[in-house]
Amino acid sequence: MDNVTENMKTGRKIRRELSNIILFAVLLLVAFIMVVPFVWMISASFKNNNEIFLYPIRWIPNPIRLKNYVAVWTEIPFLKYFTNTLIYSVIVTAGQIFTCSLAAYAFSKLRFPGRDAIFMVYLATMMVPWHAIMIPQFMINKSLGLYNKPGAIIVMNLVSAFGIFLLRQFMMGIPDDLCEAGRIDGCSEFSNFSKIMFPLCGPGVATLTVFEFTFMWNDYLAPMIYLDDDRYKTIQLGLAGFRSLYKTDYGLIMAGTVCSLIPILVIYCAAQKYLIEGVAFSGLKG
Amino acid sequence: MDNKKTRTSKVKIKYRRSEVISGYLFILPSLIIFVTFMIIPIFMGLYISLTDYDGFKTMNFIGLKNYADMFKDSYFQVSFKNNILYTLFTVPGTLILSLLLAVAVNKGIKGSPVFKTVFFFPYITSMVAVGIIWTLLFNPTVGPINSFLKSVGISNPPGWLLSTKSALPAVMIVTIWKWAGYYMIIFLAGLQGIPKQLYEASEVDGASGITRFFHITLPLLSPTTFLILILLIINSFQVFDLINIMTEGGPGRATNVLVYRIYQEGFKYMHFGYASAEAYFLFAIILIITGIQFWGQKKWVVY
Repeated sequence: MDNVTENMKTGRKIRRELSNIILFAVLLLVAFIMVVPFVWMISASFKNNNEIFLYPIRWIPNPIRLKNYVAVWTEIPFLKYFTNTLIYSVIVTAGQIFTCSLAAYAFSKLRFPGRDAIFMVYLATMMVPWHAIMIPQFMINKSLGLYNKPGAIIVMNLVSAFGIFLLRQFMMGIPDDLCEAGRIDGCSEFSNFSKIMFPLCGPGVATLTVFEFTFMWNDYLAPMIYLDDDRYKTIQLGLAGFRSLYKTDYGLIMAGTVCSLIPILVIYCAAQKYLIEGVAFSGLKG
Repeated sequence: MDNKKTRTSKVKIKYRRSEVISGYLFILPSLIIFVTFMIIPIFMGLYISLTDYDGFKTMNFIGLKNYADMFKDSYFQVSFKNNILYTLFTVPGTLILSLLLAVAVNKGIKGSPVFKTVFFFPYITSMVAVGIIWTLLFNPTVGPINSFLKSVGISNPPGWLLSTKSALPAVMIVTIWKWAGYYMIIFLAGLQGIPKQLYEASEVDGASGITRFFHITLPLLSPTTFLILILLIINSFQVFDLINIMTEGGPGRATNVLVYRIYQEGFKYMHFGYASAEAYFLFAIILIITGIQFWGQKKWVVY
């Protein structure tokens, strides 16, 4: 009897080990497919045009040529696009932290008539597909004199329903007593918000920051519609335009693409936790 | 949802003056922007779709003519058909891949955190960058994908983005590749909610891994799966960036989709009225899907 159960146990153990090995191999293959386009891009960015498409692929370029990178930063207004996008992203992110956390405080800690109805309207705007309203939005921006001005893509992005929802949820987890205590001490609602609640929202604000920054950095269609002037263009516009200009200079295009991904890579390494939390959160909204 | 409870309970709320004033002041900044850039456009778009506005001459009210023209327009029909095809393939493709990845990563085998990080990465990269890279990879004559296919004995690999037959599938492949990691994270959040004891109990009963997947994981994950299904369908009707970078709707009309059509009509030809009708068609589709979500959440999902 004992022997039989022992055998069954080891049999099951071996089966599990084996299935784990197979699983690991499959995951490794998927991981390879996920990464290989980026590796190829990096490799190509250090090559001459005639070396890029050699097959079998030489993953480590020999010699390593830096001329594509030199060209990206000197011959093309890449630096301009880079700083433009950085400025827009920072302004929008800071603006959203301000508007969203204020609104989140009102929706979670203050009582006023119509609060829940207004919150429902805010939530409903999350369901509105941006592409469905981009034309009237364009007309409004134009009539406000924002066409072809950085303001067009800044002002309309200064608030997000996602941010309000995220921070409201976060603040609801903080006990009301803290605000009550502040009120008893004679704090105004604003100092209650700025001195007590906001400092406690660190992780929520961090999540909103990484999301908004990456959104602004990666946004393409809105800048394309609004920013015609080369002085104001964003990195994604620059990258797309620069590809159609240097059509077959593949190494150069890849070097530009690598550079455009660097800030994203930095965020990913530094704040992956917040990104994952934000995505998981958007899955909970149902 | 707990707001509703406080409202329906008969306790009459006494508002404090200071709270009411600051409440309105605090939502004012966001309200101004929402009203200006979201709420007014919703109604304005509907009105523009009933006019012949082209950005220059005065608007004339023409009733439902734009909508009637739209349904007769073969270009629109093609883009709608392409979009449906795109939805039919990318939605199940992404859903199944992300679910399998989540279940696999959740098993906690060696290297799981690294795999998670790697799978999630494509999601935060820009569509422009991704589109540019994949366009080169898909190059039919010299690109690495076809070089590989030729080296394993496929002498006549597809023309990918240059062929009307394979351009849309190529865009679909990139879409699934880009989004799988994102939905994997949402699935993982759902998997955390399944009590471990259930698996332990079934293991005692001798259930195999596959049985457990179909009898525990799938049913208990159904709220997450349903939400992801809805999100995927909604997103699939908003595809634009990849199309614009990889194919510009071509070759011919082979990859023209709804938003690309709206963009072309609206911002290339300045047919604001007509494009708004198409935009409202898109709006209606997404509204219906969202409605199904609200209704279906209660009905179909096993909690």
